[in-house]
Amino acid sequence: MYAQLVKTAGTGVKTREEMSDEERNFQDRVDRDEKIEPKDWMPDDYRATLIRQIGQHAHSEIVGQLPEGNWITRAPTLERKAILLAKVQDEAGHGLYLYGAAETLGVTRDELTEELLSGRMKYSSIFNYPTLNWADIGAVGWLVDGAAIMNQVPLQRTSYGPYSRAMIRICKEESFHQRQGYDIMMKMAAGNDAQRRMAQDALNRFWYPSLMMFGPSDKDSVHSAQSLAWKIKIDTNDELRQRFVDQTVPQAKYLGLTIPDEHLKWNEDRGAHDFSEPDWTEFFNVIKGKGPCNVERMEARVKAWEDGAWVRDGLMAHARKKTAARTAAE
Amino acid sequence: MAGKTNDDALFQFLLRMGDNSLILGHRVSEWCGLSPVLEEDIALANTALDLIGQTQFWLGLAGEVEGKGRTADDLAFLRDAWDFRNVLMVELPNGDFGQTMMRQFLYDAWSQVMVGRLIKSGDKRIADIAEKASKEVAYHVERSADTVVGLGDGSEESHARMQAAIDYLWPYVGEMFDGDEVDAAMVAAGIAPDPASLREEYDALVNKVLSEATLKVPTDVFHHKGGRTGYMHTEHLGHLLTSMQWLQRAYPGATW
Repeated sequence: MYAQLVKTAGTGVKTREEMSDEERNFQDRVDRDEKIEPKDWMPDDYRATLIRQIGQHAHSEIVGQLPEGNWITRAPTLERKAILLAKVQDEAGHGLYLYGAAETLGVTRDELTEELLSGRMKYSSIFNYPTLNWADIGAVGWLVDGAAIMNQVPLQRTSYGPYSRAMIRICKEESFHQRQGYDIMMKMAAGNDAQRRMAQDALNRFWYPSLMMFGPSDKDSVHSAQSLAWKIKIDTNDELRQRFVDQTVPQAKYLGLTIPDEHLKWNEDRGAHDFSEPDWTEFFNVIKGKGPCNVERMEARVKAWEDGAWVRDGLMAHARKKTAARTAAE
Repeated sequence: MAGKTNDDALFQFLLRMGDNSLILGHRVSEWCGLSPVLEEDIALANTALDLIGQTQFWLGLAGEVEGKGRTADDLAFLRDAWDFRNVLMVELPNGDFGQTMMRQFLYDAWSQVMVGRLIKSGDKRIADIAEKASKEVAYHVERSADTVVGLGDGSEESHARMQAAIDYLWPYVGEMFDGDEVDAAMVAAGIAPDPASLREEYDALVNKVLSEATLKVPTDVFHHKGGRTGYMHTEHLGHLLTSMQWLQRAYPGATW
């Protein structure tokens, strides 16, 4: 899940009696699974929440290039290097569709970028963790993209048309990403002692941060209830986390790796795994900027943006010259 | 069929082609996530990806021609600097975005002329690789030329940076047109052109683009050399290989 702790605007779900005619009409359309399109009427709070959610998702794709980029120059074979490049390129592409979707709500990409760089908007907590050995690239695909897909597959049915369409495209690519991640893990798990150690070490470090990606429990949250009613959130955080654990446990077993949770066990009555909660204190620290890589990630983005200013200005100046020359010729 | 000597020359020629795309692809990939604008992140990753793809073909064929069972990966990850045959220009550090794009253009322009000739190679394996690469190269040169023009003829600052980039890189251009006994053997076998014969077409393209970019082409004819013969690389190559080859060196024989 690349959007976490997105604060839903407004004061919670209104009853039909409390809604204006426009709001009632809007909610009816959402309930009938009609897509809301950019020019349609929508509540201000719906628009504001979507901008936060889509913007945070877009920022996550952009910042998410960094931990994987950390290994592009050290990828162990030409094929692995090519696959990783293609994957990171896809992620930049996802950022582009998502910023595009956000722009249909009346905010520009530059405005969203400024919000990110000033720290007012967040990106997923997961990208504040380091990639330390090659198996981390496998674990990122397997667990991080796996968790993202868990959230994004339902979002293909989200009420906002441009967001839903972006999700459909993104999900196709993400499932390829997850497969390539698992493929790395299979190679590592079947490799020599050092490679198996890398694989286990990657799982040890990425397991709980992956569970955190879904955000803290929100079953009693009035804000989540509103997002669920608007269908910009489809499942609760706990439902998604449970689904992720249930999917991942047999995959880890197949690899011969141990999930670092001594309380993990199948619960026959629930038909689901019981598992330990991640350390939510750590999660809130990461969100507040105290994760292992927050400072580096933000520095890298700020530096890229500032170092690139002359390029953007230069290309704009060129475009203006071209326009002026065309106008003069007419 | 070519005799042993010709196969040695062919092997060297293929290393030159493959090492150019490998080392430049590696340099371009260093930009991942750090470029001035999102579209450039995508375009640079795409360029690097194409170059690594071309590397797989060139070095794959090099290994085949050598006949010692070495794969493209063995050649990329298990040779030391003195066995690399890329021109010096591609191993230079990226510098700023302008320097990276100027280098890309200077290389793409050469690559376009070269690949255009190799499509007609008497060795079908080489002609096939060139045919595949030619579509990518056409797109690369179009994009890098556009960027050089946009930044050269952009703001005062972007113009100055692009002029500095061409001034810095120009002494590395000439090496792409040097010829030796390897090239003579390729010409004699009808496999590849004499490098010097590419120069006229190259200069025409470069002069046209740089003039549109309002940049001055340096007139000094001096050039550095030593990369394509392996006699003397820059100090930068060893550091590049240190990261690129690290896993293969640290865990010999592992499958990734």
